[in-house]
Amino acid sequence: MRAALVTEYRKIVTTRLWWVLLLVMVGYMMFIAGFMAWAFTQGGGMGGPTPGGGGEQPDLTPEAVVRTVYTIAVTFGYVFPVVVGALSVTTEFRHQTITPTLLAEPRRGVVLVAKLVAGLVIGVVFGTVATLVTAGTGAGVLAALGEPTFLGEAETWRTLALSALALAMWSVVGVALGTVLTNQVAAIVVLIAFTQFVEPVLRVVLALTSWGKDIASYLPGAAGEAVSGGSFYAEAGMASLLDWWQGLLVLVAYAVVLVVVGRATTFRRDIT
Amino acid sequence: MSPTAVEDGISVRNLSKSFGAVRAVDDLSFDVRPGRVTGFLGPNGAGKTTTLRMLLGLVEPTSGTATISGRRYADIERPQRVVGAALEAASFHPGRTALDHLRVYAPQAGVADARAHEVLGLVGLSDAARRRVGGFSLGMRQRLALATTLLADPRVLLLDEPANGLDPEGIRWLRVFLRALAAEGRTVLVSSHVLSEVEQTVDDVVIIARGRLVHASTLADLERLAAPGVRVTSPDVAGLHALVERQGWALAPLAPAGDGVPGALAPAGAATAATLELRDVDAATVGAAAFRAGLELHALAPRDTGLESIFLGLTGGGTPPPPAAAAPTTPAGGAR
Repeated sequence: MRAALVTEYRKIVTTRLWWVLLLVMVGYMMFIAGFMAWAFTQGGGMGGPTPGGGGEQPDLTPEAVVRTVYTIAVTFGYVFPVVVGALSVTTEFRHQTITPTLLAEPRRGVVLVAKLVAGLVIGVVFGTVATLVTAGTGAGVLAALGEPTFLGEAETWRTLALSALALAMWSVVGVALGTVLTNQVAAIVVLIAFTQFVEPVLRVVLALTSWGKDIASYLPGAAGEAVSGGSFYAEAGMASLLDWWQGLLVLVAYAVVLVVVGRATTFRRDIT
Repeated sequence: MSPTAVEDGISVRNLSKSFGAVRAVDDLSFDVRPGRVTGFLGPNGAGKTTTLRMLLGLVEPTSGTATISGRRYADIERPQRVVGAALEAASFHPGRTALDHLRVYAPQAGVADARAHEVLGLVGLSDAARRRVGGFSLGMRQRLALATTLLADPRVLLLDEPANGLDPEGIRWLRVFLRALAAEGRTVLVSSHVLSEVEQTVDDVVIIARGRLVHASTLADLERLAAPGVRVTSPDVAGLHALVERQGWALAPLAPAGDGVPGALAPAGAATAATLELRDVDAATVGAAAFRAGLELHALAPRDTGLESIFLGLTGGGTPPPPAAAAPTTPAGGAR
């Protein structure tokens, strides 16, 4: 198993994709964290890019501003670790390297577990970098505007740690998705469409119904936000969040279901 | 596990594989011995790759067994140390360098990174070690694939069409290389769809067509089938047979008749004439003997059958295989 893990780790770091995505994520997170920090404190009722568009932005307490800004990575940046995770499986099928992979380790369950663990490791890297960049940029902008940054509070650091954890778990969900959807283009299209469009729309629509809010909090994006405890949507009054451990369990459940399906299909089939 | 299993030998027994309605491999049995290079031959779509993939645990057989040293591939611990296999020259991530490609599989082979440099040297790719595989020619990919199989210094090598994409010099290099590996006592199985490509490399041949075994022997035995011969046709059936018997000529055990075989003649009026194929005798001798015997001949042609013609005859070459057998390795392609 140790050898399989080193192999999976090397597969990721010997290609350029991971750091290209990491750089793009850093740029994106810096921009959006800086913008949100400014908008929440200075923008007043302008609302920002609220998916719903309408409705007065409720005034946020300084704590809520900090929590929302520092966890922006979980709200908007989770697509990066999830894509990295999914690609670790789909590239094997795209370039047919699944053949040498299974020649080196014919126990397919071992390959699968090694991929999940390697996904968690790369997820921790992405989660830590994304969280630090987001909080760093956000705190910098807040400090420049004379707003409190709460960086001295233990609670803030707990939130940051949970944000990194949520993002790391997203990478595992990505690996799990890749085992089910091995077509690289399809996997990326589904991921982008779901995370950037389907789930945000679902959450807004479900929030309008009396029964939908509870369901919405079990959507994967909402579960991820619950882990870090900060949610752009929740602060905008459009969602209620689970407890952090409940959110984590929901994410784990998504991963487990996908992996079980992937093991029974992709990782059982003939490799031709 | 089987008590009769030869150490480092490959054993295929009653192996079958169906992809939907397509029978890609059909009740195939053969053995591959260590210390020799064995050519695994057959036209494209004969089931070679599917057989190799079953040997390697990538494809689950519908029935039958395929073992290496008596064990299924999946049951071998650290299989790279026992079996080195290269299936397609395309199984590389184009963005990875040659060295990194080898470093990816080194941990599971249980070797240090230094070995990656070593095997690159063995296949003559040292200068390209830090170049991305995406820019490699097909020949370079073949060498890198071979290097990958050698990482853990295995006793058994399975190579699928390793000569594909190699220039004549590369093929010569491969021949010397594989001969040296076999001389060290290793088992080397090399698949090819062209006999001439491996003719000077192999000791044994296993020939399949449409998923079935058509011939398995040493190359020398196969060559015996290719001895010069004569095809002779006479309206005097009894007279011809009597002449052949009197002269003690050997009848060819196998007559790969059909279009595309040099020297083959269409029998003229099957009911009123006999066509025989004679071995180890030339046309002049047969013609002279027939003339002395007063035997009327309608056709007399030398049949200088090369190995390739024998191969084509055995595999039904010349006539295209039925669509069902055309692409059994890819289920999607099987649906024409």
